[in-house]
Amino acid sequence: MVDRRRSRSRSRSVARLIAILAGVLLFIVALAATAVAAPLAEGGFIRGARILVPDHLRLQLAGPATALDPANFRLTDSRAPDVPIDIRDVVAEPGNKVLLTVGERLDPSAAYRIEILEPAGARDVRPAPWALLLTIVLSSALINNFVFTRYLGLCIFFGVSKKRDTAVGMGITFSLVMILSAMLSWAIFSLVMVPLQIRFLQVLVFIGVVAFLVQALDTILKKTHRSLHQKWGVYLMLITTNCIILAVPLLNAAADSGPAESFALALGSGIGFALALFLMSCAREKLELARVPVAFQGLPIAFTLAGLFALAFMGFSGLSFLR
Amino acid sequence: MSQTILLRERPPGARQLLMNGIFGENPVFRLALSLCPAVAVTTTVANGIMLGVAVLLVQVLSSVTVALTRKAIHPRVRIPVYTIIIAVWVSAIDMVLAGFFPSLYAQVGLYVKLIVAFAIIISRLEVFASRMPLIPTFWDGLGMGLGFLFALIVIGVFRELLGSGAILGYAVVPEKPLLFFALPAGGFFSIGLLMAFFNVIERWRNGGKASAGGGGGHGHG
Repeated sequence: MVDRRRSRSRSRSVARLIAILAGVLLFIVALAATAVAAPLAEGGFIRGARILVPDHLRLQLAGPATALDPANFRLTDSRAPDVPIDIRDVVAEPGNKVLLTVGERLDPSAAYRIEILEPAGARDVRPAPWALLLTIVLSSALINNFVFTRYLGLCIFFGVSKKRDTAVGMGITFSLVMILSAMLSWAIFSLVMVPLQIRFLQVLVFIGVVAFLVQALDTILKKTHRSLHQKWGVYLMLITTNCIILAVPLLNAAADSGPAESFALALGSGIGFALALFLMSCAREKLELARVPVAFQGLPIAFTLAGLFALAFMGFSGLSFLR
Repeated sequence: MSQTILLRERPPGARQLLMNGIFGENPVFRLALSLCPAVAVTTTVANGIMLGVAVLLVQVLSSVTVALTRKAIHPRVRIPVYTIIIAVWVSAIDMVLAGFFPSLYAQVGLYVKLIVAFAIIISRLEVFASRMPLIPTFWDGLGMGLGFLFALIVIGVFRELLGSGAILGYAVVPEKPLLFFALPAGGFFSIGLLMAFFNVIERWRNGGKASAGGGGGHGHG
C-alpha cells in the first residue's frame, strides 16, 4: 500500500520533470521559429531562384524571358548592395527558366538579391532556414566535431571514456546542460550585455552562467529527484570545468548568432561530444584486453586512438544541406 | 607528487620549484592537465608561444593575487572566488593580446579566452597558492607557467617541423613536408608520441620503475 503510493508519487514527479523539460524545449522551439520565419518576399516577375554551386544561378520566371542580355539582370550580395556581381552569360531553358553564369564563386549559405529590369522583378536568394540550421547542427556534430577537430573538452573526454555506461551518462547530461547554458548565455549576452556595451565581460559572465546553472541544477535535482541525482549528479559537477560548455557561448557571441543558430550550435556540439565519448568508450573497452607497450600505457595510447578517430572524422568534411 | 612538497616544514626554494614545474610535474606531459589547448594551437611554434605566454601570465598573476588575499577568502567560497580572479586576469590578458598581436590573436583567440577553464591554473591555486606565502607562490606559478610554455614549444616544434617543414615560419627542411602532422589528427598522434617519450625518460630516471604520471593521473579541464 505504502510502496504503491510512493512509487506513484515518484512516477508523478518524473512526469512533472518531463513536463517541465518539454515546456522549456517548446519555448525554445517557439523562440527559434519566430526568429527564422523569413519574410516571404514577393518576387514580381521572378518566381524562384536557386544557387547551383559554384557559379550558376537558376531563375524560375512567371512568363517567357524576353531580354536575355546580361545587362538586363543585376545580382548583388546583400552585405554589399551597391556592388553588382559580374554576370557572364544568360541562357534560356525550357519551362520559363533562365540560367545565369556568374563571374565569381557563389556561397550557398550567404544571402544575395537578384533583380530583373525588364519586365521588372526582384527576389532575395537565401538558403532555407531549416537547411541553414540543420547544416549548423551537422557541422558542429560531425564535420567540426569539438573533440576531434577543435580539441575542446579533452580532459573530460579522456577521463570519462573508460567505461561505456559512464560515457553515455556523461554525454546525455552534457547535451542537456549545454543547450540550457547556451540559451541562457545567449539571452544574457544579446539582451543585457550588448545594449549595455559590456561585451568585454563575456568571459566572466559566461563562466558565471555555467557555474550558476550547474550548481542550481544540482541543488534542484538533489531536492526533487534523488534517484536521478544519484545517477547523474557526478557528471554535473564535472561539466563546470569543460571547455566546450564555455566555448559554445563564446563562439555564439563572436558570431552574433540569433537564438535559433545558438540553439543549433549547442545541440550539434552536445550530440558531437556524446558521439565522441560513446565511440571512444567502446574502443577503450577493447583496449583493456590488448597488450600495449609499457611506455604507451594510459594516456599515450588513448591519444593515438583519438588520432585515428579524428582521421576518420575528416571523411565527413563536405557534408551539407545547402545544395 | 605535490603532497611531498607540501608536507615539508619550510617552503622549498625557487630553483627547486622552477625545475618541478618544468620537469617533475610538467602540466602537460606529467600531470596531463589542460590538454585541449596543447593540441589545438600547436600547429606552429608561434601560436604555441603566444598561448604559453598567456597562460604563464595568468598563472603567475592569479597565484600572486590568491597568495595576497588568501587570509580574506573564506574556505567555503574559495572555488568561486578563484574562478572570478582567474576570469578577471584572463579578460585583461585577452584584451592586451588582441590589441598588440592582432594577426596571431585571430588564430588562437578562442583558446586564450578558454584559459579560464584550464584545470592547471585552478589546481595550482588550490594546491599551492592558498597555503603558501607570497614568494614561493610566485616561483611555483612561474615554474608551472614555464613548464606549460616549454611543453607547447616542444609540441609546436615537433608539429611545425614535420607538418610544414619550418620553424617559426622559416623553412628548414627542403623536402615536401608531412601535411598529416599539421592536421587535427596529427596533433593527437604527436602528443601521444611525446607523452610516451617522456614516460620512457621518467622510467629511465627512476631506474626502470613504471610511474603513474602522464598515464595515471587524469585531470579535468
